[in-house]
Amino acid sequence: MYKRILACVGEYRKYAILTPLVMVGEVMMEILIPFVMASMIDKGILGEGGISYIVKMGALMVAMALVSLNFGRLGAKYGAKAGMGFAKNLRKTMFDKVQDFSFANVDKFQTSSLITRLTTDVTNTQNAFMMVIRMAARAPVMLVGATIMAVLINKRLSVVFLIAIPVLSVALGFIMSNAHPRFVKMLSLYDRMNNDVQENLTGIRVVKAFVREPDEVKKFEASADAVRRAQVFAEKLIILNNPVMQLSMYGCMIAILWFGGNMVIGGNFELGQLSSFINYIGQILMSLMMISMIFIMMIISRASMTRIYEVLEEKIDLTDEDSDKELKLENGSIEFKNVAFSYAKDKENLTLSKVNFAIKPGETIGIIGGTGSSKTTMVQLIPRLYDVLEGEVLVGGHNVKEYTLEHLRSEVAMVLQKNVLFSGSIIDNLRWGNKEATKEEIEEACKAAEAHDFIMSFPEGYETQLGQGGVNVSGGQKQRLCIARALLKKPKIIILDDSTSAVDTATDKKIREALKDKLSGTTTIIIAQRISSVSDADRVLVLEDGAVDAFDTPAVLMVNNEIYKEVYESQQKGA
Amino acid sequence: MKKEKTVRPGSRPKNAGKTLKRIFQYMSRYRLRLFLVLVGITISSVAQIMGTAYLKKVVDGYLTPLLKQYDSGLFHGFIKTLFIMAGIYLTGVISTYAYSRIMLSVSTGTLYKIRTDMFRKMEALPVKYFDTHAHGDIMSRYTNDTDTLRELFSNTVANFIASAISVTGVFLMMLYLSWQLTILVVLMVIFMVWIIKTIGKKSGARFKEQQKYLGEVNGYIEEMFEGQRVVKVFCYEKESKEKFDKINSQLCEAATNANGSASVLMPIMGNLSHVLYAITAVFGGILSISGHLTIGAVVAFLQYTRNFSMPITQMSQQFNSILAALAGAERIFDMIDEEPEVDDGYVTLVNARVDEYGKLTETMDKTGIWAWKHPHKDGTTTLTRVKGEVDFDSVTFGYNAEKTVLNGVSLYAKVGQKIAFVGSTGAGKTTITNLINRFYDVPDGKIRYDGININKIKKDDLRRSLAMVLQDSHLFTGTVMENIRYGRPDAADEEIIAAAKLANAHSFIKHLPKGYDTLLTADGANLSQGQRQLLTIARAAVADPPVLILDEATSSIDTRTEALIEKGMDRLMEGRTVFVIAHRLSTVRNSHAIMVLENGEIIERGNHDSLIGQKGKYYQLYTGMFELS
Repeated sequence: MYKRILACVGEYRKYAILTPLVMVGEVMMEILIPFVMASMIDKGILGEGGISYIVKMGALMVAMALVSLNFGRLGAKYGAKAGMGFAKNLRKTMFDKVQDFSFANVDKFQTSSLITRLTTDVTNTQNAFMMVIRMAARAPVMLVGATIMAVLINKRLSVVFLIAIPVLSVALGFIMSNAHPRFVKMLSLYDRMNNDVQENLTGIRVVKAFVREPDEVKKFEASADAVRRAQVFAEKLIILNNPVMQLSMYGCMIAILWFGGNMVIGGNFELGQLSSFINYIGQILMSLMMISMIFIMMIISRASMTRIYEVLEEKIDLTDEDSDKELKLENGSIEFKNVAFSYAKDKENLTLSKVNFAIKPGETIGIIGGTGSSKTTMVQLIPRLYDVLEGEVLVGGHNVKEYTLEHLRSEVAMVLQKNVLFSGSIIDNLRWGNKEATKEEIEEACKAAEAHDFIMSFPEGYETQLGQGGVNVSGGQKQRLCIARALLKKPKIIILDDSTSAVDTATDKKIREALKDKLSGTTTIIIAQRISSVSDADRVLVLEDGAVDAFDTPAVLMVNNEIYKEVYESQQKGA
Repeated sequence: MKKEKTVRPGSRPKNAGKTLKRIFQYMSRYRLRLFLVLVGITISSVAQIMGTAYLKKVVDGYLTPLLKQYDSGLFHGFIKTLFIMAGIYLTGVISTYAYSRIMLSVSTGTLYKIRTDMFRKMEALPVKYFDTHAHGDIMSRYTNDTDTLRELFSNTVANFIASAISVTGVFLMMLYLSWQLTILVVLMVIFMVWIIKTIGKKSGARFKEQQKYLGEVNGYIEEMFEGQRVVKVFCYEKESKEKFDKINSQLCEAATNANGSASVLMPIMGNLSHVLYAITAVFGGILSISGHLTIGAVVAFLQYTRNFSMPITQMSQQFNSILAALAGAERIFDMIDEEPEVDDGYVTLVNARVDEYGKLTETMDKTGIWAWKHPHKDGTTTLTRVKGEVDFDSVTFGYNAEKTVLNGVSLYAKVGQKIAFVGSTGAGKTTITNLINRFYDVPDGKIRYDGININKIKKDDLRRSLAMVLQDSHLFTGTVMENIRYGRPDAADEEIIAAAKLANAHSFIKHLPKGYDTLLTADGANLSQGQRQLLTIARAAVADPPVLILDEATSSIDTRTEALIEKGMDRLMEGRTVFVIAHRLSTVRNSHAIMVLENGEIIERGNHDSLIGQKGKYYQLYTGMFELS
């Protein structure tokens, strides 16, 4: 996992390596400066050196401090470059990956979770990374350097370390391994609490309409309390870290004073050496402390890293690697051969089964069927938004898998049921259909989609800025813009998935007429609730429980299809 | 429903003092524990300083003389001092653990209190607040802003106090040793703090820039992921990646600048303190040679210099994160301070019983009979039975002052009538439902419910007497059963199943993996749009109110299913006043009265036949639909 994520350091590897190296320089100075300080006291003030010696040593110290400062400055600079560059690449890699996700991949993760992974989780990982590259060299160098010095001074006394370090490591290891699952638990509870808030934000009208505020508050209090308890449970272990470190540090100190003191009294050890030895305990334990902090940081960020890793490792279940790059879609014919489909890829749980039909180029096809009859699922197979489980879907005489996705989808335009506009001007949004579209082409498409008039009624016309999600146009206006956007692609097949539900019937009719005139050679598929939307289609496909019930002209269906008749009558009654 | 694009405020609080006071108020119920924390921090800092002092005593007082000449008394003193040291250290360690543990419960408890206060306030805010604030922005108060506060509580505060205590202790010791050198050190430290401030200011501006780009990148991620399916359909991946690349690189540059200038502080301060040491040593040497100071004092003073500048550097760094946390806290308090929904209604909804003379009396029992309880100035109350009459008296309304959405709308709905609103999008149909429910208040004109101005009815009671099925069918995380029960928490399982049958949802629910116990995930993503609408209809049916509002309640349900649920709907509407909003004219055809809205005004009204006879707008809409026949 770490390897995969660290691969994102990429071109910033130089800085990621330089940072710890420069830090080593700083640490060296930090180890040396105390020597100068000691000699300043021993020889300058206590000894014979006098003022001139102090000044000389002082100058040396200032020089060393300047060198160290420069190393430190470089370390800060390189560290920031490496850390921020890493975060940039990580975000970029994830973003690109998610853009390549198929519908099925997105279904699996859910949008809100993907957003958190790209924002909060990346930030956590970046912080951990920066801490590690800054400390990673520092702590071990200090540990090793100080241990060597200590051993050099007195081998027998360093046995104290040999006992203390393993004891400490076991204690820290125990804390770490127990803390990790507790942090994972805490983060998942945290997610749940945020989900409560999110649901209340989007569903506030429902909450208020049913006067459920007190219950929602109670529910939230329960989630917040669970978070509180989980946090206490997890951090309870982490706060042990400090006392454990202090305990071993002080323990070593006293042990060394006792054993070392006896050696001094016995004449086997010099007093000055004892002082330096004690100084080194400080440095050794300090570096161990830093290492344990690195581990804490890694534990806290490990949950985030796992979530990032899941995105990076997600297998995109729909690729066009085996496609023929040269193959061009010749015409808008569509054929379903024995198609079966399941969202769960489970043969026992089919959404569509044994679907067979053929559509000729240029035909206008209506699709009707009850709620949950899988109309949307079926048409999503045409631009290959999902792959079939069994059978095949042919477009223009070839299996959809033979085309590149980009080519297929540029020839098969689809207006989704739950459609989205993006922040930016209206014209920017329309250009999604065709970047090079001229002003005339755009206006033409908008006229066909009955959008031109209302666009022109805005003071800024086509330059009107839309908020995120197109919040400042009404539902019906949004749907018309989405149709215009799809028309600009000049596709061979256009699929309208209940795309005019918020448009009044008269406008709906005008749009259909315009489509017929302008797109005479284009195969048009219209999913609709209103029978009037499909009644002038060449043929209508009646879908029932994921299977084709009938596929014929409206006139024939009126005579011999029960479902069609029922739908027709349900909309006729009382007239 | 315009959402303002929110500009992230900078990481500096506007009024740090006030915010700090608020935070302390929040912690005030932990007064005793906070005091214990303070004691704990003091003990552990003092233990550290004393430990160092004893270390000196061991070396100077025992080992040095013992080295020269062995003395058993001194040796016992040596052992005794070691034990004292162990005791001091142990006390320090224990109090470190104790104060960390107490602080943990104080900080998590305070966070809990802040979160729940914020949520409780959020639930009390008017719908307008949610319509005019970006949800991401509200959300970030629960996530980012409380996170910085958590950091403040769990690390910064304790470290800051510990640093402050040791700085004070060391300063006093230094002053005791030599005032001349102390002045020198203080001057140098002031210089160092000035450097921190200068760099801090520069990095503050850079952090602001980083926040700006971070907001932009996060916003873009959110927007693109929400529109991911459209991106796929239009093969827009390449363009979206390119644009992301651009803003992501901008963020990277800004963040590198900001972080670079912030983390350069530590080495600068660390090394300047070495310079400080050298200068102090030179001056100390001069003072000792000229006889103003003893050699021992100089040595001790130098030792303390090292302990003085380090915590000050740390404090100055912590100061930045304290400011950031205060800025976050300010945003949280901003929300807690928002004006809640005003409710000056005094008419309440009560259960009532009818005695043999037909007189209403209030009761606590669930009788199924509801009455409005009208208090009078003299302390008496009158009960009137809830019937469900609604009338609009020249209602004029606009979401903002510049643009009115409804213009002098008047209508009268008698008990049990079905009133429909038709008209093109943006004609003001949904606004009418927003007003009946008092999601928004009417400035001009009156809306009356059973003859009572709805502004006089307590909001909760008003809403309880109405049920809504909305265009966007929001479901909550929970089982199917729980989602339907949302309409009335005390409904029995049988009532819920009956409601589901009424809405024709029973058959598909039975086919779900766990039937009524199937867990619905966020916003019911595992159901189709139509199925979700059926559930929301069942939810309203369970609520069983005298007035029902159906706002495009069946727009995602095909007409055949709609015909199937029609019987159920008829039963649901029976005896109730119903307001129906629909595009689909077949849905509204059998209404008692149909209002055709255009530009916020009712341009035609009447039943289906009379409107067809008028050959006006309704006729056009209707015939447009049935061209086939």
